[in-house]
Amino acid sequence: MSLLRYESQVRPPLVVGDKDYHQVTEDICRPVEATPSRLWWIGFLFSAVLLAFGIVSVTMEVIYGTGQWNLNKTIGWGWDITNFVWWVGIGHAGTLISAILLLFRQGWRTGVNRAAEAMTIFAVMCAGQFPIWHMGRVWNAFFVLPYPNTRGPLWVNFNSPLLWDVFAISTYFTVSLLFWYSGLLPDLATLRDRAKLKWRKVFYGVAAFGWTGSTKHWQRHEALSLVLAGLSTPLVLSVHTIVSFDFATSVVPGWHTTIFPPYFVAGAIFSGFAMVQTLLVVTRKVLSLEEYITIEHIDVMNKVIVLTGSIVGIAYLTELFMAWYSHVDYEWFAFKENRVNIFSPYGWSYWIMMGCNVLSPQIFWFRKMRRNLTVTFFMSILVNIGMWFERFVIIVTSVYRDYLPSAWSTYYRPTIWEVGFYLGTFGLFFTCYFLFSKFFPVIAIAEIKHILKRSGANFKEEMTEVEHEAVPEFVEKHAHDH
Amino acid sequence: MAIKKFVTGNFYDENVLFPAVKKVRRAGYKIHDVFTPFPIHGLDKAMGLRETSLHTAGFIYGISGTATALGFISWALTVDWRMNVGGKPFFALPAWIPIIFELTVLFAAVGMVLTFCYLCQLAPFVRKDHFNLRSTDDTFLMAVECTDKTNEAEALSFLQGLGASDVKVEFKETGWWLGRYDKERKRFEKQTEQAVH
Repeated sequence: MSLLRYESQVRPPLVVGDKDYHQVTEDICRPVEATPSRLWWIGFLFSAVLLAFGIVSVTMEVIYGTGQWNLNKTIGWGWDITNFVWWVGIGHAGTLISAILLLFRQGWRTGVNRAAEAMTIFAVMCAGQFPIWHMGRVWNAFFVLPYPNTRGPLWVNFNSPLLWDVFAISTYFTVSLLFWYSGLLPDLATLRDRAKLKWRKVFYGVAAFGWTGSTKHWQRHEALSLVLAGLSTPLVLSVHTIVSFDFATSVVPGWHTTIFPPYFVAGAIFSGFAMVQTLLVVTRKVLSLEEYITIEHIDVMNKVIVLTGSIVGIAYLTELFMAWYSHVDYEWFAFKENRVNIFSPYGWSYWIMMGCNVLSPQIFWFRKMRRNLTVTFFMSILVNIGMWFERFVIIVTSVYRDYLPSAWSTYYRPTIWEVGFYLGTFGLFFTCYFLFSKFFPVIAIAEIKHILKRSGANFKEEMTEVEHEAVPEFVEKHAHDH
Repeated sequence: MAIKKFVTGNFYDENVLFPAVKKVRRAGYKIHDVFTPFPIHGLDKAMGLRETSLHTAGFIYGISGTATALGFISWALTVDWRMNVGGKPFFALPAWIPIIFELTVLFAAVGMVLTFCYLCQLAPFVRKDHFNLRSTDDTFLMAVECTDKTNEAEALSFLQGLGASDVKVEFKETGWWLGRYDKERKRFEKQTEQAVH
């Protein structure tokens, strides 16, 4: 029954305003069915230009090789792998929101999960570019797959963390995409059935796969979502764990620590939520969806940011302590001289990281700040800058000074083409996001309807009656009567 | 695919729908389906549908992923192409766990989604008729199948008495077909006419 999952009066409503099912459909389909605004065109074209610049940059790299990025013998991974880890990290929030919060029965996820999942997919697409183009001879990229070949067959090295990464990222992308699209089917059917224009009927008709809303289909759909959530939960934790293995299993000072997996996962959630905030603060305003993505949602996500930011902070300090406590000269040198020493060539990046990731999110202990949109937006940008520098610190400050001082390279500076490649992925990300926000419902319509009677503003009051009922009677009445 | 005759009624509140479903079943009518815009927990049980076995399928797919990864990697690295890494064992199971895990998840997810689409007959370009277009928006549509014994007038008033609105008798194609909606519509209308006469 609709009251099978009872929610207390004390909790603020998840959907504000006087909504019924039809109103929900109208509100969320409105931006999809309207002609795009001028703001949308400006944003879209700007992203497309960035994407074009990225394509040019990548072309330069393909023609001239990775030397085009100022990489050298010591710094083989510069901005490129920094960007890879950064984007993968951002790609963690969507699945966290849609899978882990589904298992934890967090009703508020329904307002933000669809956009966050889309963001995940686009972020992983961007992330995937970096290792692929970093290969240099990109036309041989398929060598990473274990396929029968004429070289033996010589198999890929299944013991290598870099190969684990290939499997982790591609699995993560595939599963996220399936999860996202299977959730979208009912909403695409809603758009199909509302369509008036011919191209819409055809487009959404094809995209909705012939979804009808049959009870049997819903039953299977629920089972599918639950199992996919159960699968994605360990998956999302495994992906960044495996990315951290790329570093942790090597013997480079600054990388060789066991704290990396949990530290990377917390950091990924941290930066992912920051990116969700960046996008949603804008999306809710531009598409006037403030009644669905409420201040409560922003508040809750800011709590996640302060939590994960603090976990990351503890990880930084633990890492520092362990470097000192280990009595390994090289390890301690990497931390003391290459990172903490602000006057060392890249020392400044360590302190940007500390400031942005550990100190600044502490502002979210204050409720007023958590519920302030300007602060939230500004902080979300700051966190993403901080998280980018975290990866830069890990990668560059660990490798620029080799064991051999003659191999020290303090002159690593990205070229325009490496920066262009990074900007290009922004172009890819935002082009995809703009298209998504135009052609797909940014909020899961069916899921909002599912929680509406439990947590919609105009239904909350009706629950007072239920509130006074004794628990055993309530359960007897509502849970077992079918 | 057959064209069948149905008595349909629209509901706007799940609290009205639930008792109605139960009473319709108790009265001996055959509910073809209830189309809803969102999942209603417990409706499948109220309609007497059996629990889906999709979970079991997912488990089997997952296990097959585990077996594939473990089998292939151990064959490749212990039989087909041995690599001596500092005298370490060829059968390096701990190092294979990540890929075994990833393939388990991949097989389970892909397999389940394909099975889901197969069971629900969902695919691009598939078309189906679902009575009322608003059942993906805000109405719950109950379709009661008419058999030879069904008295239509009685069924209509029975549904109306249970709180259904817009009650009517309809002929519908129950299967799926491929094609574009606007064109298919005409063909379909023709068939319905033939079925009626």
